[in-house]
Amino acid sequence: MKNASLLEIQGLRVRVEDKEILHGVDLTVGKDETHVLMGPNGTGKSTLGYAITGNPAYEITGGQILFEGEDITALPVNERAHKGIFLSFQNPLEVPGVTLSAFIRSALEQRTGSRLRLWDFKKKLKETMALLHMDESYAERDLNVGFSGGEKKKAEILQMLMLEPKLAILDETDSGLDVDAVRIVSEGVRLFRERTHGSLLIITHSTRILEALHVDAAHVMEEGVIVKNGGADLVDEINENGFQVLQSESEESGENGNG
Amino acid sequence: MADTKEKSYVEDIDRSVYDIRDEEHDAYRMQEGLTPAIVDQLSKEKNDPVWMQQFRLQSLQIYNEMPLPDWGPSIEGLDIDHIATYVRPNTKMQNDWKNVPQDIKDTFERLGIPKAERKSLAGVGAQYDSELVYHNVRDEVAAEGVVYTDMESALKGEYADMVHKYFMKLVTPHDHKFAALHGAVWSGGSFVYVPKGVHLSIPLQSYFRLNAKGAGQFEHTLIIVDEGASLHFIEGCSAPKYNVANLHAGCVELFVKKNAHLRYSTIENWSKNMYNLNTKRALVEEGGTIEWVSGSFGSHVGCLYPMSILKGDNSRMEFTGVTFAGAGQNLDTGAKVVHAGKNTSSYMNTRSISKSGGISTFRSSVVVEKNASGAKSSVSCQSLMLDSESRSDTIPAMDIRTKDASIGHEAKIGSISDDAVFYLMSRGMSEEDARALIVSGFADNVSKELPLEYAVEMNNLIRLEMKGSIG
Repeated sequence: MKNASLLEIQGLRVRVEDKEILHGVDLTVGKDETHVLMGPNGTGKSTLGYAITGNPAYEITGGQILFEGEDITALPVNERAHKGIFLSFQNPLEVPGVTLSAFIRSALEQRTGSRLRLWDFKKKLKETMALLHMDESYAERDLNVGFSGGEKKKAEILQMLMLEPKLAILDETDSGLDVDAVRIVSEGVRLFRERTHGSLLIITHSTRILEALHVDAAHVMEEGVIVKNGGADLVDEINENGFQVLQSESEESGENGNG
Repeated sequence: MADTKEKSYVEDIDRSVYDIRDEEHDAYRMQEGLTPAIVDQLSKEKNDPVWMQQFRLQSLQIYNEMPLPDWGPSIEGLDIDHIATYVRPNTKMQNDWKNVPQDIKDTFERLGIPKAERKSLAGVGAQYDSELVYHNVRDEVAAEGVVYTDMESALKGEYADMVHKYFMKLVTPHDHKFAALHGAVWSGGSFVYVPKGVHLSIPLQSYFRLNAKGAGQFEHTLIIVDEGASLHFIEGCSAPKYNVANLHAGCVELFVKKNAHLRYSTIENWSKNMYNLNTKRALVEEGGTIEWVSGSFGSHVGCLYPMSILKGDNSRMEFTGVTFAGAGQNLDTGAKVVHAGKNTSSYMNTRSISKSGGISTFRSSVVVEKNASGAKSSVSCQSLMLDSESRSDTIPAMDIRTKDASIGHEAKIGSISDDAVFYLMSRGMSEEDARALIVSGFADNVSKELPLEYAVEMNNLIRLEMKGSIG
């Protein structure tokens, strides 16, 4: 980490319904940085995202989460959002009764605590939707209701660009998208970095979404712990060799440790 | 549209407007209970024509002979011997708002009634306790021959014969005990006649307010939409809360003539000491359409099952409803349809919400008579239970006597998804707001069908009900 710390996770243990998923995770993300969290399916990457965001179904049994130096481990979800933490959901939920546009506007107003000028808001929304190649009509449709998988993911990135969080966690935002959609989403993510200098924690097990981005650090998670930290070269390494190589490496280091 | 919707759940609401009780300055309050002498007295007070006087006494006799229904929620807390059936406000009916007494005017102003008229209504009626205190219709609407008046005037004026011909012919006093009671003591309500081919582009509205403690309201609404005409009629109801039972046993009779179209919308927010035992029915002729939009939020006990008789060929009905039963409420709602003509269709789409021990029951009844070939019917009912102490039941009944009917029925019961609450909160929304938003969204089948002001009011009511529902 080259910059001042934004998110600092120390010894985090997380349990879901009596089963411990994270067994002591340490992770630090600095301001204005892009981090990648990789690892095979079912190792606890999404759990970490939920724990940072504050999902009450994920019980923290040990360790702590600091955000801008403040302990937020016990803070409710919405208050973490107010502090600037954002999660792009892997499976965004459908919520009838509120339009995408009204939802974003209300979220922005909650965040800033003041009313927005409708004209300014509409203008920015329209521009941002154009960047993401989203049809304008989606703004007045009920939140995610009947959206395709790709449109749901774009709507998440749209929310990120409009809300301008200090830390955005992208949970498998690229999964299930076709090549064109990944490129558009990836461009949106790049713009987020360029414009707001907010930090990113990108959870992925492919690397397609990273192509337009400069990666500052990469972390590999396996079975609920971070097994390796590195730079952008770690992403390339995994890209070429998969996680298999790492697994044997970590086993070796484990043996060394024992010996 | 979206912005106003959003406003409706961000803004605070004030429950107190519904709860303010006015001091009673009644000109006349009938003694409590029900005897031929009291009914006779009521008839005299109202200057009924002779036939109506007899009709009331016959209805009373039917009432006395008829047993209480042996199904539905308990109405044990209702003692008709202690209900004042007639309370006349201290004013004559006015058609100029300025002349309505100040306290009554204040009540309606708080509820936004005359303001709504200025903005978006073709005509307004306001009933306070047993009598209409205000009735007005826009000149251009009256010029098209549309009649919108209180039932008392209709009974004696130019349309006396029409009223005599239709009054309680669709819902007769023999229908059930409370229909008989209504026949005996009805007072107030509106009469609407839309002549052939006249289309009202903006709605008419009647607002019913029951202020008097321990009283009953028995208004009668009679609407005739003549051939090829169309109308949207809205009724709103509210009352302050008292610790004794109040009774509402209104009756609505709707006649939809050939190729006519009627939409009848209701937002009911009676206080939670009210027994709302209301009867509504529509008779639809060839090619005609009845659309019911119904939001039931108030009352201690409610029984409401608007019925549509699709008499003419190619006639159709749609029923869109939402019922919200909170603590201490037992709301038994639903809809009935009889397919009698050929190629008729019915569509019911309802949502019920129960919370804090509230009981919500949805009953549907679909009858297809043996000559009603080509009938189509679809019933969809979704329920949302907000906690484990609440209750929700769906009771469908079908009686199909043709071979070619197309009938669908779907019922779903669920609870608020924790994932959805988490999703909304992750964007900064409080838990209370997130839950209120999900519940409003669940009920948006109805709010989408209402004029904007009413949709906002409905969302406010939902938000009000959801307040303090966490923990």
